[in-house]
Amino acid sequence: MLIIDCPYCGERDETEFSYGGEAGIARPQHPESLTDAEWADYLFMRSNPRGPHRELWNHAQGCRRWFVAVRDTVTYRFSETAALQAGASGDAE
Amino acid sequence: MQNSRLPSGGRIDRKRPLNFRFNGHRLQGYAGDTLASALIANDVAVVGRGFKYHRPRGIIGSGAEEPNAIIQLGRGATAEPALRATQVELYEGLEASSVKGWPGVKFDLGAINDWAGAALAAGFYYKTFMRPAKLWKFYEHFIRRSAGLGTAPSLPDPDTYSHRNAHCDVMVVGAGPAGLAAAVTAARDGARVIIADEQSEFGGSLLASRESIDGLAAPDWVALQCRTLTNSKNVTLLPGSSVFGYYDYNFLGILQQCAIEPGAQNPGRIRQRLWRVRAKQVVLAQGAFERPLVFCNNDRPGIMLASAVSTYVNRYAVRPGRRAVVFTNNDSAYQASLDLHRAGVNVRCVVDSRPGGAGQIAESLREAAIPVHCGSIITNAYGRKRISAVEVARLDLSQRETLECDLLAMSGGWSPAVHLHSQAGGSIHWDDDRHCFVPAPSVQPNRSVGACNGTWTLATCLLEGHEAGLAAARNSGQRLPRDQFERTVSAAPKPANDAANEHATTPLWRVPGARDPERLPKQFVDYQNDTTVSDIRLAAREGYTSIEHLKRYTALGFGTDQGKLGNINGMAILAECLGKPVSAIGTTTFRPPYTPVSFGACAGESIGSLYDPVRKTAIHRWHEDQKAHFEPVGQWLRPSHYPVNGEDLQSAVQRECIATRNSVGIMDASTLGKIDVRGPDACKFLEWIYTHNVSKLPVGRCAYGIMLGEDGMIKDDGVMSRLGEQHFYVTTTTGGAAGVLAWMEKWLQTEWPQLRVHLTSMTEHYSTIAVAGPNSGRVIEKLGCDVDMSREAFPFMTFRSGNLAGVPVTLSRVSFSGELAFEINIDSRHALDTWLKLMEAGREFGITPYGTETMHVLRAEKGYVIVGQDTDGSVTPVDLRMNWLLSKDKDFLGKRSLARSDCKRSDRKQFVGLKAIDGKTVVAEGAQLVTGQPGRIPARIPIPIAGHVSSSYYSAVLQKPIALGLIRAGHTRVGETVLAIGSNGVEVPVEIVSPVFYDPKGERQNVQ
Repeated sequence: MLIIDCPYCGERDETEFSYGGEAGIARPQHPESLTDAEWADYLFMRSNPRGPHRELWNHAQGCRRWFVAVRDTVTYRFSETAALQAGASGDAE
Repeated sequence: MQNSRLPSGGRIDRKRPLNFRFNGHRLQGYAGDTLASALIANDVAVVGRGFKYHRPRGIIGSGAEEPNAIIQLGRGATAEPALRATQVELYEGLEASSVKGWPGVKFDLGAINDWAGAALAAGFYYKTFMRPAKLWKFYEHFIRRSAGLGTAPSLPDPDTYSHRNAHCDVMVVGAGPAGLAAAVTAARDGARVIIADEQSEFGGSLLASRESIDGLAAPDWVALQCRTLTNSKNVTLLPGSSVFGYYDYNFLGILQQCAIEPGAQNPGRIRQRLWRVRAKQVVLAQGAFERPLVFCNNDRPGIMLASAVSTYVNRYAVRPGRRAVVFTNNDSAYQASLDLHRAGVNVRCVVDSRPGGAGQIAESLREAAIPVHCGSIITNAYGRKRISAVEVARLDLSQRETLECDLLAMSGGWSPAVHLHSQAGGSIHWDDDRHCFVPAPSVQPNRSVGACNGTWTLATCLLEGHEAGLAAARNSGQRLPRDQFERTVSAAPKPANDAANEHATTPLWRVPGARDPERLPKQFVDYQNDTTVSDIRLAAREGYTSIEHLKRYTALGFGTDQGKLGNINGMAILAECLGKPVSAIGTTTFRPPYTPVSFGACAGESIGSLYDPVRKTAIHRWHEDQKAHFEPVGQWLRPSHYPVNGEDLQSAVQRECIATRNSVGIMDASTLGKIDVRGPDACKFLEWIYTHNVSKLPVGRCAYGIMLGEDGMIKDDGVMSRLGEQHFYVTTTTGGAAGVLAWMEKWLQTEWPQLRVHLTSMTEHYSTIAVAGPNSGRVIEKLGCDVDMSREAFPFMTFRSGNLAGVPVTLSRVSFSGELAFEINIDSRHALDTWLKLMEAGREFGITPYGTETMHVLRAEKGYVIVGQDTDGSVTPVDLRMNWLLSKDKDFLGKRSLARSDCKRSDRKQFVGLKAIDGKTVVAEGAQLVTGQPGRIPARIPIPIAGHVSSSYYSAVLQKPIALGLIRAGHTRVGETVLAIGSNGVEVPVEIVSPVFYDPKGERQNVQ
């Protein structure tokens, strides 16, 4: 079972959290101007890398805040967790 | 009569004889025995049957690796299948039976497979039962019956199981020499230590050892270490506890046997406890498994691992045979010949495949006058239910000779138990000097020491354990000050004899034969799954050359023992077939659990009423008093109906429906999800979430709203009330409440953090009472209400705040039944009291409580959908004809997806009403809708499914069945007749109609 360092509450067991998928998937500003393929890319396509992965987590059984984490998809180790910056879909950049 | 019990010695209590039964026979052993040692004491040679060929099988090992002695313990409710006799402690009255063999282990009909063996080669089932496909169901019955180990009990388990969470600085797995040394050192350094060992007694191999350590006999040294640990406040000792899983972030699962005897003799006594341990540092000291040797008929009872023979003789004082031969490719098995010799067993010879024989220990055999045949092998074993002789030959197969014996102790070298290291994410690599897989550097904070690290000598095991204990303690936090530490922590323990002069193991993966393995008697690699050398060779010939493919094709390592004995030999034989080195083959993945874990232990206390939390509304007690029937909705318990005078479900629902339509009904709707949305940007936020025009909703009004996923599919629905310019109150479905709040929070926090909005769950703060029917307004007025209830002052889809019987409430004029109806939102503290007052006031109108069943019928009569029943995550609002809810003036979540080509298909499944042509059949919910005439469905396989029935009821007010469903292009097919086919296969003709069956003009919600 993972230990996840919630930026607001500190280290807690994985069971308190829920997973929110890849971070940085910003909702398009003008969906109506996109082609079906472009919209499908936003809707369905995710990067699925081997190695470090920026993703969203929610401390669902705790403070209920969403935050960004970098987790290695091979070792499952978290190298970083951080509060969301103002910006789209948890993109801290 | 324990004929094979040695007259003295062993760690058993001869003053405490224990009676037990095995396969119906009354036998006796002693306290301290395992079932396996007690069976050996009683000369029971056959303990089970092979999986495929049903050959008689005997005990091979003495611990977790045992593949043959798989037994069923107890019977009835406490029966436990698939246990290893080598790990079952004996107790008075124990009853056990072999899991294989019908009608019995001694005479097994399935043994005919042994002669028909050529037909049962690897892949037999795949190849034979593939065609014709429709006969599979016939074959399956017999194949299933012949598979599996044991019978699962059919009665509830009376035993109590428990869970415990623990944290420690240093977790030590295994209490053999290396583990004990590690634990004692870490404890002396002040670390919080947990040490677990699967055996009931700590000591591991030392319990059967004749070595001495620090001047003490090995068992006495063990006793001293155990006293030291027991007296340390910072140490938890867990004997009889298997560490079965090593998970992420140093999280370990341990199964502790708290009571060896099943059955709840003492209520509250705990049978097994599952520990969930989070450790800062882990020391793995699990030891190693001795490998069997692969030769003809190497599965015959009486053939045993050499180390197991030593364990039985020294630790349990039993004699596994009277005339023994030892067969080895390494030095360690020589000890078994000495142990047997001391126990008075006639050791005929040691057969060593190495031309040079053993090192220093060979001296001891010369002194004992035990002959050693170097450069020799055993090629065959004779005897079916117990070996009677073996064939010895030179390595080149010359000088063949038959030696009579009833015990063959074998050793093919050792395989470190790398399971937990590997589960923790560490890789392993093949060591060409030691001929085994050893742990590569670990990924998590753990260290492998002793035999599981490929370290064989006792002196080095003790040293590694000591050093790892120290390093783990130091790395887990601040420990003793240096000067104090040096006084406390002594040097590593040292054995008297450090056995430096050993000769190396020479690999012998498969004993050579005069002919191809296929033309010789069977040579077993995996005993539990009856995988033979020729199976592996066949798989390789057919192209299953990856070890993962080989495993699945031949079942090598697929048993409950997970190939602890056979895997390495199997990989090496595959390597030989492919002409590759063993290191090029790799290994299969090690997964938890290391040994099987009972379902009882997994469940722990979470059974019965503690299985899942139950949520009850503030009015629940009243429903119980009325003897309502309940149904679970999410975690909530909701009344489904209120039967009176012994009514069945159908009659109760019809009565409740009629009462509501004709006068007034009342329902506890408190489980609806309720979310308070407020803030300067509340309106802007809800515009994104809901599809309708939120900004156009005036304060004081309600609106029905739906929300979509970004894929355009219906996610949830509910009623939105605008309490103020910046203040909304939205309801969700009962089951969707938590998910909708989380969904809203996610968008708010991740996509629009600049919006100033607060979301608060109000689900439990407010109770909701729905009062529905033409007399609903009159009942509420009777309670004393300062809200003007007249139609003009309080129109449909508005809400009013006021006082009801002196309690502040919000009244909403909304309706899920099509009748004039009000929802009373009230502080949950007042809910029961107000409910009682409403029942009292409604008596003159015959007010009738109704449950979820009636609610479903009432809304279906009106064609209202229930999200999750009539929708399934693949339904758009257009499919439901809810286009009127989709704002054209704004973007909202999911809007763009509605324009995707797939959402615009004209043949999408669309929402319709369904009317049984015969006017009386209530079709089954879930029935498939098929285009065609009765008895004349187009003969195409598969039959094209046009849709399905999502809701179906008998409508009391319409006196006919009604149904709702989704069917391809349904909106354009009104008037067409299709067939509804349920699981009984009966074809019911139904007509596609409008989903609104009752009051299509919607006049009844305005009745005054």
